[in-house]
Amino acid sequence: MTDIHQDPGAATRQEPGATSRRVIQEFWRLRWVAVAVALVGSFVYWPIIDNFRVSLTHQDIFTGETSPAGLENYRRLTEDPVIGLALWNNLAYAVISVLFQVFGAFLLAAIIEGLGSPRARAFWRAVYFIPSAISTTVTGLLFYFIYQPGMGLMDGVLQGLGLGAWSRVWLGDPDTAIYAIIAMSQWQGFGYAALLFSVAIQKIPAELYDAARMDGAGALRQIWSITLPMTREMTGLMVIITVTGAFQVFNEVMVMTGGGPNNASQVLGTWLYEQGFNQNDMGYAAAIGSLIFAVTMACGLAQLWLNARRRVT
Amino acid sequence: MSFWPAMARAFLWALLLSLGVLVIYPLLWMALNGFRSNSQIFDTPFGLPDSWALTHYAAAWAATRGFLASSLLVTLVSTVTTVAISAWTAYGLTRTPMPGQPLFVAFILGGMMLSPTVALVPLVRMLQGLGIYDTQGALILLYTAFRVPFTTFLIRAYMLDLPRDLDEAATMDGASPGTIFRRIILPLCSPILISCIVLHILFAWNEYLFAMIFTNSPGVQTLPVGLSSMLSKQGTNFATLFAAMTISALPIVILFFLTQRYFIRGLTEGIGK
Repeated sequence: MTDIHQDPGAATRQEPGATSRRVIQEFWRLRWVAVAVALVGSFVYWPIIDNFRVSLTHQDIFTGETSPAGLENYRRLTEDPVIGLALWNNLAYAVISVLFQVFGAFLLAAIIEGLGSPRARAFWRAVYFIPSAISTTVTGLLFYFIYQPGMGLMDGVLQGLGLGAWSRVWLGDPDTAIYAIIAMSQWQGFGYAALLFSVAIQKIPAELYDAARMDGAGALRQIWSITLPMTREMTGLMVIITVTGAFQVFNEVMVMTGGGPNNASQVLGTWLYEQGFNQNDMGYAAAIGSLIFAVTMACGLAQLWLNARRRVT
Repeated sequence: MSFWPAMARAFLWALLLSLGVLVIYPLLWMALNGFRSNSQIFDTPFGLPDSWALTHYAAAWAATRGFLASSLLVTLVSTVTTVAISAWTAYGLTRTPMPGQPLFVAFILGGMMLSPTVALVPLVRMLQGLGIYDTQGALILLYTAFRVPFTTFLIRAYMLDLPRDLDEAATMDGASPGTIFRRIILPLCSPILISCIVLHILFAWNEYLFAMIFTNSPGVQTLPVGLSSMLSKQGTNFATLFAAMTISALPIVILFFLTQRYFIRGLTEGIGK
């Protein structure tokens, strides 16, 4: 609008080329978004589309040959026992993370925000957040050592408690590997989630608590009937974010077990990597990618739906 | 609003304290193991180091210096490009008339929903085609492209809340949109820009997936990749590895404590809007 106003004659003069100039003007306004659209379009959106294309082919990495495969790669998905295992592991990741990083973090935040001293509140929030700032490579390696028999803290603590008999090769045992990784992830992530809940709790008007106290409500009662319902939206959002994250998990599994032993701790992301980059089966890896896409898309749509509903109410 | 009775309060403090120990002790153990000798590490998980000599830290520093430089380069450049492009885009989306604006908002912010894992297979060929496979440029490009949606989202939300009187007055005075962006809007946005810078540094410093798959040469690899490869290279020289992990974690923890306010604002704005 500014451009036309600065030159009032431009629209009325009707000289040849006026329309094309207007078109150029309209396009020139897009300069603000052009860079972002080009970048995001070619490196974020296009690969997703290309991934579907690749998933319908067989790729021979050595001869460079590509042949159409139809839905063959997708059929393999349904027959691959590791896919079932990986889905189960992702699901376990999601369920346990929701327990600790949504409900546990909520309780922790309610406890912290119930403390009298603002300094104590800030202190605990910061302390619990520290692991979230550190890369999963470092925390993954750290827990790789913590879980080592003999030298690791885990065994040390168990023996100190007289529970030495419980000790085992946490990451080398197919029964415990994925749960040991998930436990590390809870250790790392709960403080971040608690911080987000803390901010949501701080937005609750203090009068609500005053009124509840006047009515003789105890602390637990206040958490149950004020804090919980007033942070319901944040809880919903956190559930979705946590579940989405659980289906995209990669780093900690890669660093701690690489999916082993015997694929017991594979998740979708690491199985995609194994198939595409170690077995060089890009077509099948792309099909696994499509599966991850479908799951995360469903979570993303749930989030949009929740946001839309929140805006209406 | 301290609403806990005294008995419960004692219990809660014990709970908070033990959780605090659970969080801090492993990190402390990591830093201390960088001082202990290998035989000491294998002997017992507990106990203070025999000496506080920095030999392992010096060795770790020598072994990780190249990765550190690479991480620093990728982090700094991608921070500048991401925040600059995002601020520019957010300004366009909130303050200038353009055809099809809601579509562009949906397109750019929609990028947040897409997972980098799904893009891996096609990106390999794309990067090879562009001739930037195994370069820091590839990481800078990808970190920028994948973080522009989230960063634009944060800055846009902030700009939407800024009053419009100032830029309207400047428009009356004949200032061009570019001038208004640089002189008026950007300075007003500095709190959220700092939050975005801090969040991007956190992301780029810690990113592992892309860095692991798209770089091979030791001179190009960033710290997270370098660290995980050290596990196999250093053999059983664990003390040095612990020292390297500590060196890698320290900058970001310090950054967190220095910029806590901005950190928290960015994280909570991102999720609360």
